[in-house]
Amino acid sequence: MKVIELHRSVTESNDRDAQELRRKLKENGTFLINLMSSPGAGKTTLLSRTILDLKDDLNIAVLEADIESAVDAEKIEALGAKAIQVHTDGMCHMDAGMTRTGLMELGIEGTDLAFLENVGNLICPAEYDTGASRSVMILSVPEGDDKPLKYPLMFQKSDALVITKTDTAPYFRFDFEKCKERAKKLNPGIRIFTLSAKTGEGMKEWEDWLKEETAAWKK
Amino acid sequence: MHEMGIVTHLAKTLDELAEEQHITRIGSVTLEIGEVSGIMTDLFTDAWDYFKVRHPVLKDSELKLVTDPAVTYCGACGKTYETVKYGRTCPFCGSGETWLLKGNGCVIREIEAETEDMNQE
Repeated sequence: MKVIELHRSVTESNDRDAQELRRKLKENGTFLINLMSSPGAGKTTLLSRTILDLKDDLNIAVLEADIESAVDAEKIEALGAKAIQVHTDGMCHMDAGMTRTGLMELGIEGTDLAFLENVGNLICPAEYDTGASRSVMILSVPEGDDKPLKYPLMFQKSDALVITKTDTAPYFRFDFEKCKERAKKLNPGIRIFTLSAKTGEGMKEWEDWLKEETAAWKK
Repeated sequence: MHEMGIVTHLAKTLDELAEEQHITRIGSVTLEIGEVSGIMTDLFTDAWDYFKVRHPVLKDSELKLVTDPAVTYCGACGKTYETVKYGRTCPFCGSGETWLLKGNGCVIREIEAETEDMNQE
């Protein structure tokens, strides 16, 4: 036996897969968003509204990752977007290999904007590069403004934070300024949107950002 | 579940390394686990035992875990301190403007291995 010194990250093989997938997506002109949140924050609702609003401008596809069931993919397909359900078989997050397999199965030719709806979990998904162009985190008002303190890595790894369910604000003690300040402290460059997919309030800013980012990715 | 995910990636990284360096058998794997990485070492070892038998190169290998101490840097006074003991508040100046320098990762330090050319000798 000989000793081989490595000093390599455990996830090195995933990091390589992620770079390769990002290159492929860039070549194909597909902007992929890795959407992360806790269960019930409103990922599917936000996506549904976004698809309805943007489907005339962009060709959208959705990769739904869940431990089980296909309810989310069925909802998305009913709106007219391409969707596929990926089962992670008990795994708490999506990695680059699983994302690539799902996207290839779905077929991304001609897709401008793809969403990976990651497993509902604020911990593990932040640790794995999925190969997405951008990572976006959703935090809903009922979850509370203290989440940046409890799950700092998620806020550090996200390019944008979407605070959803603003229509419920009167019923909860959610301090928007405090939440934004906490998120910015962890990640000064983070873009923050506040919206309600139910009433439509704040949706335009989020959708304009998606359009701009998608166009920039295609250049 | 978190540990299982990391072990899956570790096994994949090692399989690729084995192919690249013509390794026939891995005797041991030494991992540096960050003190604040959130990895539970006993769960990690269980997950490893479950996985390794499914990878021919790894099946007889021993997993050695070494803790990598967490260190935090204070932006206000420029000093560093032990993260686990003091948390986010600098013990020297009381500032909260602090950043974790290291201790949240998981790195393969080294492996003991047999390679194809060793078998030929």
